[in-house]
Amino acid sequence: MTTFAPDPGAAPLPRMIGAQTALETRMLLRNGEQLLLTVIIPSLLLLLFGTVDIITVPTQTAGGAGKSVDFLAPGILALAVMSTAFTGQAIATGFERRYGVLKRLGASPLPRWALMTAKTGSVLVTEVLQIVLLTVIAFALGWSPHGNPLSVLLLLVLGTAAFSGLGLLMAGTLKAEATLAAANLVFLLLLVGGGVIVPLDKFPAGVRSALELLPISALSDGLRDVLQHGAGTPWADAGILGVWAVLGLGAAARFFRWE
Amino acid sequence: MGNEPAVEVAGLVKRYGAKTAVNGLDLTVERGAIAAVLGPNGAGKTTTVETCEGYRRPDEGSVRVLGLDPVAESAALRPRIGVMLQSGGVYAGARAEEMLRHTAKLHASPVDPGLLIERLGLESCGRTPYRRLSGGQQQRLALAMAVVGRPELVFLDEPTAGLDPQARRATWDLVRELRADGVTVVLTTHFMDEAEQLADHVSIIDAGRVIAGGTPEQLCRGGAENTLRFSGRPALDLASLLNALPADSAAAELTPGNYRIEGKVNPQMLATVTSWCAQHGVMPDRLAVERRTLEDVFLELTGKELRA
Repeated sequence: MTTFAPDPGAAPLPRMIGAQTALETRMLLRNGEQLLLTVIIPSLLLLLFGTVDIITVPTQTAGGAGKSVDFLAPGILALAVMSTAFTGQAIATGFERRYGVLKRLGASPLPRWALMTAKTGSVLVTEVLQIVLLTVIAFALGWSPHGNPLSVLLLLVLGTAAFSGLGLLMAGTLKAEATLAAANLVFLLLLVGGGVIVPLDKFPAGVRSALELLPISALSDGLRDVLQHGAGTPWADAGILGVWAVLGLGAAARFFRWE
Repeated sequence: MGNEPAVEVAGLVKRYGAKTAVNGLDLTVERGAIAAVLGPNGAGKTTTVETCEGYRRPDEGSVRVLGLDPVAESAALRPRIGVMLQSGGVYAGARAEEMLRHTAKLHASPVDPGLLIERLGLESCGRTPYRRLSGGQQQRLALAMAVVGRPELVFLDEPTAGLDPQARRATWDLVRELRADGVTVVLTTHFMDEAEQLADHVSIIDAGRVIAGGTPEQLCRGGAENTLRFSGRPALDLASLLNALPADSAAAELTPGNYRIEGKVNPQMLATVTSWCAQHGVMPDRLAVERRTLEDVFLELTGKELRA
């Protein structure tokens, strides 16, 4: 028997990336804290604020008088993207770095770019699941979306890129514990100050114009323009997300430390 | 496949800030051999191995692994080597068998993961998440991950640290089988018995350089010195014993009642010692003729305990 007779070689790239994407997705969906962040919190916020009149929100839609869910659903979709691409990815990647997972994969046949591709793939799979669930809840609450789905898709992709860059930058430069704390804090602050459930016009004008430049505000505002008001592609918001994506991904590529 | 050595390290220097971790280290590993890098913690073992794996760029010197530059030609090298890190390397939530099967999927023609699970006694914890595995189970999983891709060359960084004797035996058997199947193995250890048992070639390193190298036999034979040990009652008059022995002998009471005599151990010497004991009414308990161990060699070379 020559069980270990050398026969080395990398698996074909598509197989490696597929296997890695599947593994990363399973890790994400198996993690209770991650599910709390990506599924439970957005769903509960949508249900709670969609059924109980806690904050007065502008409900006017392209189709006439709407419901609070018409304001909330786009914001919650933006929150879902942030929770997966930024918070969840930052925390998971931070601990993978801390526990040598990234280091060990760095000695495997899987190229680094393929690992990052797989990570992006698992973020996208998770987002699709989130969007399906949140859309079902929103429709149950009487949501009537408008606008061009392609504009929505563009905003979601740009938002994912912007938040991924920032999440990976954090995971690749800070200690895992610091990433855990900071990513949760940022999630909470942007949940309140990013136009997700609280309309930005509740803030003083000076603060508001600063908040509007945040990626979460650009994403929730852009999605609202399309889904609630039936507007065409909101290029200003798309532009803000694009700038964040370039800055975040560029800085992550430059400063990310694998160990 | 070329005929160059599996690993060729020449004059390797690696510094971390002001600290020099590796300081002019040379290491050659022939293909198909088991090479042990033996040394105390902090000697530079891990830095050396991780430089060969492409994780670190040498500050000075050259490193060739399977004829390749581990940093510049990493993409070509990685599929051909197996790596076991000293710790970690697995998703906290991944199950043992899941992670091994995943690692197998990254390779073109892997070993059957089920076989490795069985060989390394991981059947009972195949569905256990990594974070809940015992330290020994984590080590065995990391070993399985290192060999599952049928590599030509395997780097094992302290593969038996924290293992119970049974698991350590299973690891040794696997390493021997790797060699029998033509795989080159480089392992680091601070267990001298591990190096003696497994290695074809041992490099003893201390403070970032190789201070002795050779087969375990060569290293232990060094100078044909031999050792006789026995125990008896404490505080025997060793001066009188030495008078009876050849002039180049040495005697010491290592701990109360435990004696070591060094010199040319032959039947005459043995007879001299036992008759001296008889004259002094000493029963030489646990009388043993020993060759030097790598531990002794290390102690002589550095004045330090290997496991300290």
